[in-house]
Amino acid sequence: MSNGMQPVAGNWRLRLVWLLLASLLLLVSGRLIQLHLFERDFLQRQGDVRTLRVETIPANRGMITDRHGEPLAISSPVTTLWANPRQLPDDLVVIRNLAQALGENPQLFVRRLQRFADREFMYLRRQVTPDIAESVLSQQIPGVYAMDEFRRYYPAGEVAAHLVGFTNVDERGQEGLELAWDHWLQASAGRKRVLKDLKGRTIRNLAVLQYPQPGQTLTLSLDMRLQYLAYRELKAVVDQHQAVSGSLILLDARTGEVLAMVNQPAFNPNNRSQLDLARLRNRALVDLFEPGSVIKPLSVAVALQSGQFTADQKIDTSPGVIRLAGQTIRDFRNYGQLTPGQIIAHSSNVGVARMILELPDEMLVNYYDALGFGRATGTGFPGEGSGVLPGGFGISRIKRATLSYGYGLSVTLGQLAQAYMVLADHGRLHPLSLLKVNDPITVQVFDPEVVREVLEMMERVVQPGGTGTRAAIPGYRVAGKTGTVHKLGSEGYRSGDYIATFAGIAPVSDPRLVAVVMIDSPKGQEYFGGEVAAPVFSRVVGHALRIMDVPPDAPLNNGRP
Amino acid sequence: MPRDFQWNLPGAHHHLKRKENLFTRIHLDGWLLLALLLLMGVGLLVLYSATGGNLNATLAQGYRFALALVVMLVVAQVPPRYMKRWAPAVFAIALLMLVAVLFMGTDAKGAQRWLVLGPVRFQPSELMKLALPLMLASYLSQRHLPPGWKHLFIATVILVVPVLLIARQPDLGTSVLVAASGLVVLFLAGLSWKLIFFFIGLGMAALPALWMLLHDYQKNRVLTFLNPERDPLGTGWNIIQSKTAIGSGGLEGKGWLQGTQSRLEFLPERHTDFIIAVLAEETGLIGVSLLLALYLFIIWRGMLIATSVEGTFSRLLASSIILTFFVYVFVNIGMVSGLLPVVGVPLPLVSFGGTSSLTLMAGFGILMSIHTHKSLLNK
Repeated sequence: MSNGMQPVAGNWRLRLVWLLLASLLLLVSGRLIQLHLFERDFLQRQGDVRTLRVETIPANRGMITDRHGEPLAISSPVTTLWANPRQLPDDLVVIRNLAQALGENPQLFVRRLQRFADREFMYLRRQVTPDIAESVLSQQIPGVYAMDEFRRYYPAGEVAAHLVGFTNVDERGQEGLELAWDHWLQASAGRKRVLKDLKGRTIRNLAVLQYPQPGQTLTLSLDMRLQYLAYRELKAVVDQHQAVSGSLILLDARTGEVLAMVNQPAFNPNNRSQLDLARLRNRALVDLFEPGSVIKPLSVAVALQSGQFTADQKIDTSPGVIRLAGQTIRDFRNYGQLTPGQIIAHSSNVGVARMILELPDEMLVNYYDALGFGRATGTGFPGEGSGVLPGGFGISRIKRATLSYGYGLSVTLGQLAQAYMVLADHGRLHPLSLLKVNDPITVQVFDPEVVREVLEMMERVVQPGGTGTRAAIPGYRVAGKTGTVHKLGSEGYRSGDYIATFAGIAPVSDPRLVAVVMIDSPKGQEYFGGEVAAPVFSRVVGHALRIMDVPPDAPLNNGRP
Repeated sequence: MPRDFQWNLPGAHHHLKRKENLFTRIHLDGWLLLALLLLMGVGLLVLYSATGGNLNATLAQGYRFALALVVMLVVAQVPPRYMKRWAPAVFAIALLMLVAVLFMGTDAKGAQRWLVLGPVRFQPSELMKLALPLMLASYLSQRHLPPGWKHLFIATVILVVPVLLIARQPDLGTSVLVAASGLVVLFLAGLSWKLIFFFIGLGMAALPALWMLLHDYQKNRVLTFLNPERDPLGTGWNIIQSKTAIGSGGLEGKGWLQGTQSRLEFLPERHTDFIIAVLAEETGLIGVSLLLALYLFIIWRGMLIATSVEGTFSRLLASSIILTFFVYVFVNIGMVSGLLPVVGVPLPLVSFGGTSSLTLMAGFGILMSIHTHKSLLNK
């Protein structure tokens, strides 16, 4: 309208522009409302799927300690390195560096990577030391991750290895008490919800879904001071006599708790790379053997308990030989008339057989059964032997006779120790326990009076003239019994191959300790129980009594009483 | 032709009241300036969150805004008649630079867009965003309208050459914006419907040919737009992630600095083209609506200015500037929300980046100049 102005556009054209504007705006607004309100749940879930993860919170396996809390098995946090092979860079230089940091041969490492190429998880190296983990992680290679794990460590090493056992790399019990008490020791890992970013880094912990439950502590009955002592002395004697093996059990006479239990040969549970299976066995509880003469005090106790014999009764052992059903039982020599005490001191087979043959048929076997022979001691130790005890009904005379001096049955060293505990604690039996016991279970087997008499008889074994003089402990009264057993081979008893044993109790006036020692196949001139096993008893129990502050009951007054 | 050249919009005045005040004296529009400042403020807040709390980047953007405001102030002082007079020169320079980029541009992400002149890095396509509407408005306003065939042909050439040059760089987003700014001028100058339909038909027919011309990545973008789940971890990732971020904001959002998708690096390009997804996740529909309202206010105000001024050049130019601004916003939000294929169009004054905000503010400077200078054209 102004002069010279030319028409630019009609109203309708502008209206069209406004219309277009408004419809596009509506489109955008509608789209945003659709996303924000109607697809919200789906999209929010999609978002959570990208960012929320549930992770485990590692928890440590319970500790195993000795009775004073000394750690025997502990779990320490370590780092495990893993990789997502799909995320690893293709750069060979990077892979070489990684292999180097891991301490691996680059070629083998590359081959291993290729095997896992289509997977999303592979262990690079498990349970590494912090410095290796640091050197690997500091390279910041994409696809290389770390996770926390625990590694089992055994501070006592091979000293308590047989008893404690070990776990596998996943901290599951494989052997020993680690296996027996796996459920008790086992931790239950917790779970938490975390927020992660695109690179998989945890940004925030949102919630703990399940708290981690660390495993519970297992307190053993062991006293590590005594365990070290027993280990040292047993190892020394096995080495000295070049024996095949040896075992020793030291018990608390009042509770049945195992204060020390050692075997040779042993293994190092912290480094099992070159493990010899023969070293793995806890022979003291697993292996069976014929006990031989060490069982005689128990037979004598049965005879006294029957009331048919008294402690000062004379038993005729001449001519030192009995023939029964074509078999011969013989003594070392003809001892003539012997009291039960002398029978034990001289270890007379004929004497003890004569006594037992006077008793009702099943009596000995029933008492053996009550003493725990023929069934596992109840420690729950994996693979514990129960031994073999022949049935009592209709048992032949020769069988009864041989049983009375320790042949024809097989026992574990643990069973023997358990039976000796009856002699040590006023005729009461306590089940053997590898755990600390607060409330000992007791079963009365023999009368206290009978046991007192047998103990005094056993004292003579250690006194001058007895077979086990080298078990004596200066300052203390010691009761015990030696044993020297022919080993049973595939073709009957083998000559020249023995098991030397000694079982003893100290101090006699108020017994505190029971110890049984077994040395398998000692080489050389000395092979009797009194020569090989008795000295170990003396050293171990002697030291143990002093460690435990047990007052001497036979003070040394320069040889005068 | 019985055409009423006056734009009688319902609710719009023939003339905005041009009261003399502090702002008009320095050739600024108070309302527009206020809205722009508000937008910049919001932009900085969102940017701070989108960069993961990077204060330096946010401050850098703030300095650019300050510079852009100065540019706007300077441009606003230039009377429209000078603009009309200098338009051919400006256009020629911009075109020369675009050609120069072809031969001596520097690469950035596989595209030649930058021209380095000594210490200055410059994107000629940004200059073209203003130079083209300037040129077209200048050219057409000096012809009889609606333009005849000859002028229309020349105008089309003026439009197509720079658009193709930019598309070749390749920079699809900018070429779309530049094309839009030119088409708006042509449309408002009275392009006949016959021709409009002819061009639409031509465009449709040329689609297969255009498809062949597209780069692989551009083809991928279009295919992905049609079906984002086609390649969810590759080209579809952007759009799936941005939709996820927007939707998981819900009505009220997760709170400023609380967005998980954006802050945990799941959202790509979150501080540049996809920044509105950050806002949507953290402030929800409410926040996005407020931002949209702010843009609408700016566009409304711009349209009021465009319809109230006298002079063909001023009207065409003002309309082009403000409608291009609208296209900016629409294409960006459309692309982030999955309505449009992903072409690289930033969200004006919110996305991180210097050159585009400079151009935008220069455009608003032109708008304000047109608004506050007495129209002397055609008199």
